[in-house]
Amino acid sequence: MHTLSQTEPTGRHNPFMKSISLLRDWNWLLALSVVLTALTLYMAFVWAPTEANQGAIQRSIYIHVPVAWVSMMAMVALAVFSIIYLRTGRARWDRLSAATAETGLVFGALMLLTGVIWARPVWGVWWTGEAKLTTALILFFIYVAYLMFRTYFPPGAQRQRLAAVIALIGAIDTPIIYWAANLWAEAHPPVIIGPARDTESAVGPEIGITMLVGAVSFFVLFLYIVVQRYRTRCAEDEVMELNRHVGATQAAGA
Amino acid sequence: MTGSVTVVWALARKDLLLEFRNRDVVVAIAAFSALVLAIFTFAVDLSDQNARVIGPGVLWAGIAFAGVLGLNRAVATEVEQGGMDALMLTPVSRDLVFMGKALGNFIFLALAQLAVLPLFAVLFNLVVFRWEMLVICILATTGFSSVGTLFAATSVKTRAREIMLPMLFLPVTAPLLIAAVEATASVAIEESWSDMAQWLQLAAAFDVVFVVVAALAFQYVLEE
Repeated sequence: MHTLSQTEPTGRHNPFMKSISLLRDWNWLLALSVVLTALTLYMAFVWAPTEANQGAIQRSIYIHVPVAWVSMMAMVALAVFSIIYLRTGRARWDRLSAATAETGLVFGALMLLTGVIWARPVWGVWWTGEAKLTTALILFFIYVAYLMFRTYFPPGAQRQRLAAVIALIGAIDTPIIYWAANLWAEAHPPVIIGPARDTESAVGPEIGITMLVGAVSFFVLFLYIVVQRYRTRCAEDEVMELNRHVGATQAAGA
Repeated sequence: MTGSVTVVWALARKDLLLEFRNRDVVVAIAAFSALVLAIFTFAVDLSDQNARVIGPGVLWAGIAFAGVLGLNRAVATEVEQGGMDALMLTPVSRDLVFMGKALGNFIFLALAQLAVLPLFAVLFNLVVFRWEMLVICILATTGFSSVGTLFAATSVKTRAREIMLPMLFLPVTAPLLIAAVEATASVAIEESWSDMAQWLQLAAAFDVVFVVVAALAFQYVLEE
């Protein structure tokens, strides 16, 4: 042990080693996420009673609702980070925005997927013009457009600024979209023919508690993915900066 | 105030003059939306009842898609030939530059609609020449041109800008599209103002919010 530390005296200062140790520092979040996910699965599939009206399919709500909450929260967080970026101009807020949007998009896709799976047996249709559904779908596409823009625009400060502007416009648009979707749903009453058409399910304490545990669990998972994605982005930017530096040095030498 | 109006009009006039000489944008928008209408006359069954249900949606979806194409063209020409750089050198504030461009695009879209609406009335056998329809067109075109101008300038430097602009434009203007379609459907079954009031309010609110937001955001687009 002693000789090893002597042969590698710069280990702590080596950026690669440093990032390995930082990576280790965030593993507690992953561990927490694993424990909470196991707990959520247990509560959702064993502990919570089967709901009377909808039957077993209701258990998918323990995934769907927390995922939907987290994806909505991601949208708010994206808007907040974008505002901070526009005010401070610091690249870290832009990286955080990108990481939040990417993870939020995955959660948004999961929300739509689990929602569709739940709706078919319960409402009798895969999709309907209900206000929340329409809003969620349009917001999903705004997320997609935001990330496409980040991919297609040449890197640099202008991309960061414009991406922040797009995120803000999406956030400003959200209440108007919901308003429009609501009016639309009133004008064209959604088709619901399944078991949930006239009976509102009674929410017992187990159902609410399981949902909350699920929300905490998915939030921790979300946080872990965002942190990892943020760190990858930092590394990517660093590599790009180094490449530019090497290119400039070579050009100067030649 | 009069100074601002002069500036905005001067900028819009420049675009209109350019358009008058080559007629790229208005013809593109009108022709493409006419084509969408024509395709739908045989893609779906347009018996009397169907036309009332489907027609308004086809009309506004056609105008929105065609508008995207036209706006792309308008801004691409400007940027490729260095017009945008010249605009940035002019000693006027950025929001006035935006207003000028948006006014120009508003006029392009409005002219194209003038050509398309009679065709729509004929192909779909629907009543559209009423004052209500004029208000709907003005409200929809205001929102489309302000959001469209901002996003066209945003996406012009991206790879694959032909796909980037509609990806940004269509989801954001979805509420306006909903309002325009529903209000037009009201017109088609000859309802009164009060029946479509909620849709007109929605469109007006969208316009107020996005004219202001787009004008404020435009400075970020021009900044290098």
